[in-house]
Amino acid sequence: MTQLLKIRGLKIEGRSDEIWMPIVNGIDLDLNKGEVLGLIGESGAGKSTVGLAAMGFTRDGCRISAGSVAFDGVDLVSAPAAVKRAMLGRRIAYVAQSAAASFNPAHRIIDQHTEGPTQHHVMDRAQSQRDAMDLYAKLRLPNPEEIGFRYPHQVSGGQLQRAMTAMAMSCRPDLIVFDEPTTALDVTTQIEVLASIRDIVEQFGTAAIYITHDLAVVAQMADRIKVLLKGDEVEEADTRTMLSAPTQEYTRSLWAVRSFQRPAKPAIPVAAVPSVRVRGISASYGKISVLHDVSFDIHAGRTLAVVGESGSGKSTVARCITGLLPPSDGSIEFDGVSLPADYRRRTKDQLRQAQMIYQMADTALNPRKTIGEIIGRPVEFYGGIRGARKRARVEALLNEIELEPKQYIDRLPSELSGGQKQRVGIARALAAEPKFIICDEVTSALDQLVAEGILKLLARLQDDLGLTYMFITHDLATVRAIADEVVVMKDGRVVEQGGKAGMFQPPHHPYTDLLLSSVPEMDPDWLTRLLAERGNDTIGDGATDKM
Amino acid sequence: MKSLTRIVLHRLFLGLLTLFVVSVVIFTAVNMLPGDFAQAILGQGATPEAVASIRRDLGLDQPPVIRYFQWLAGVIQGDLGRSFAQANFTSFTGTTSGQSSVMGQIAPRFANTMFLAGVTAAIAVPVSLALGILAALYRNSVFDRVVNIATLSSISSPEFFLAYILILFLAVLNPLLPSLSNIYSDMGLGERLERTLLPALTLTLVVTAHMMRMTRAAIINLLASPYIEMARLKGLSPMRVILRHALPNALAPIINVIALNLAYLITGVVVVEVVFVYPGIGQLFVDSVKNRDIPVVQACCLIFAAAYILLNLMADLMSILSNPRLRHPR
Repeated sequence: MTQLLKIRGLKIEGRSDEIWMPIVNGIDLDLNKGEVLGLIGESGAGKSTVGLAAMGFTRDGCRISAGSVAFDGVDLVSAPAAVKRAMLGRRIAYVAQSAAASFNPAHRIIDQHTEGPTQHHVMDRAQSQRDAMDLYAKLRLPNPEEIGFRYPHQVSGGQLQRAMTAMAMSCRPDLIVFDEPTTALDVTTQIEVLASIRDIVEQFGTAAIYITHDLAVVAQMADRIKVLLKGDEVEEADTRTMLSAPTQEYTRSLWAVRSFQRPAKPAIPVAAVPSVRVRGISASYGKISVLHDVSFDIHAGRTLAVVGESGSGKSTVARCITGLLPPSDGSIEFDGVSLPADYRRRTKDQLRQAQMIYQMADTALNPRKTIGEIIGRPVEFYGGIRGARKRARVEALLNEIELEPKQYIDRLPSELSGGQKQRVGIARALAAEPKFIICDEVTSALDQLVAEGILKLLARLQDDLGLTYMFITHDLATVRAIADEVVVMKDGRVVEQGGKAGMFQPPHHPYTDLLLSSVPEMDPDWLTRLLAERGNDTIGDGATDKM
Repeated sequence: MKSLTRIVLHRLFLGLLTLFVVSVVIFTAVNMLPGDFAQAILGQGATPEAVASIRRDLGLDQPPVIRYFQWLAGVIQGDLGRSFAQANFTSFTGTTSGQSSVMGQIAPRFANTMFLAGVTAAIAVPVSLALGILAALYRNSVFDRVVNIATLSSISSPEFFLAYILILFLAVLNPLLPSLSNIYSDMGLGERLERTLLPALTLTLVVTAHMMRMTRAAIINLLASPYIEMARLKGLSPMRVILRHALPNALAPIINVIALNLAYLITGVVVVEVVFVYPGIGQLFVDSVKNRDIPVVQACCLIFAAAYILLNLMADLMSILSNPRLRHPR
């Protein structure tokens, strides 16, 4: 095998407040022709930075301070810009995390596809267009002759991600850097994209660097895996060796995350009045109806997981319960009492009872307020507590979420890590002393280790305070970890509901079955086996890929 | 495309509604101006009878509401009324002259103003776009800074000052262009252009900074977006990245600023007209206010308002059209 990429002693620094801080501290990386290397690690590990540096590229505010990136003998660090430009797109291509954001909204998909080949003088426009349709067909996109002539916003996320893979292939590069290409997708869509990527990379013998934080995904895609932590390499080995016998403690801890599971709670007493009852609600945004006759109960002290893909109406249910979106039909009851549909007509005490924690702690916390002010606001608003007593209450809440009050109370959200911000979001919800908390994808923006910490915290708070949770998630591992009851939603309807134990055992509703079987497993043969089981014709026929 | 037609019709309706509201405001405001045409024209020798006679002649003795609707009805039929100042009062002379219609007075002046605005726009818009794009391309370079400082200092200086500087350098020290821009209707296009060039250059200096800086900012704002990073990672040249990938997405704010500046060129150029003795609508407007020639003042105001509304309407529509999501719904 001939060596394609050779990175030696790569150091990258990023500027924050006029000081250059190290992001990557001396990484070596080797890649042969036709080989797929998986780069894994948590956010902040520097995996995307290394991936981009393999193309001789750094984002604004970053710089390569030392080391060399030799691609086929040419050092991309010291090469002049014109030499690098001739390589980029032509011999090294990039597939970004969010295809929706990385396709230019102003141009048709196929025009963006043909741009590389025509600019690099590999093919003329007509040739490249025909080739694009060919690639679309190979990637099992529906209507390969026609789909390229749409604008990006007219195509679904999973299809766009495949179109972007086709675009990366357009010049038949020797190396493609895949930067979390399926992280933004639903599990059922993810499988189709993974299968397409794997096929096409094998077919053209393209080498690839596959960056992800999802171990199960990387197990399907990579020949070798390199684990990064805070800009340092932890270890590197063949995929199978790495999965079966990791040598480093950190790698083992990554592998172990998926094992957290709460013990099952005793059965619900038959006569119990549900803490929250959703009765036959329907709702719409304008003329588009998004919920159809949704009903479920949540009992005191228990966790209901609402599962479904994006667009299934999970978050809309939460908006209906909190009164932000009054349902057009049906009712919401708390402890047997029906609530006004619109939050503006609910009493302060009714508002207090239901609190929310959001997915993006970054945007859910006011960046100009200190942590103390953010948590203090609901303390004052709902409890009428001021002054020294308010501060004492805020400190107690910070203790509750395991953040040292003296250290954090005067900080701004920007001075906290993602997991810490999410903890503040929890404290803010707790400050109202609610009985019921809606957690909307609270762990999906977090790394697995951090997410596990949040789940454990929520579990402990439930035990201590007797809280009732509604847990909105698309991640079935989270469901397995924390749920007591499960509701599966699809296209605004409940397709299945029941206890967790029943949910993970057949027989299922076919959709639940599809969801469950789509969750990647750590076994490197999982994808191959699954595709064989389902039969290739079910993949990419658009049945599960929503427009 | 159905939604697009609806948006256009909706905007058009809103534009007309705004124009109607503005006409009420103009009429009220103009009629609240202190002084009275009859008083002003008769001066010291005004007898109550003469004042009353002129007022009756001009319809000023009618209640304001009736006058407003008479005026509005005229405007809708394209008749802007009779100019007071140019009127030969029938009660005194018994004849009426063709010169007395407001339309006849405004039309040639307005044509001149549009000519000046057109020449200025033809220079200023391409120059600002080009400078803005280059400044974005070479951002934070010496070129970027020089362009920024130059345009900022020109926008910060008073218009008459810029005008006199240009006259000094281009007409007095190097007699390249005439410093007087008095143009006539029977002048050839070449001579017209030559005489219009100095005021047009002055106005270019005034409006360039705003448009250029918005172009630069709108483009730079997009440079951090993932699709720009993607374009760079495809190995495209920096110029292509900006022209093909950033600019089409930055059009909406740029178009709005251009429209605002074009409106300014039609409505706000009195000072430059006075300096260069350019017979535009601005001078007519100021003179009419001085003479209390209410119909002309009202007509000018209405034209200014219509220009603003029309240009903003066009900017809105073009911004909408520059968005592929609206051109090509799912």
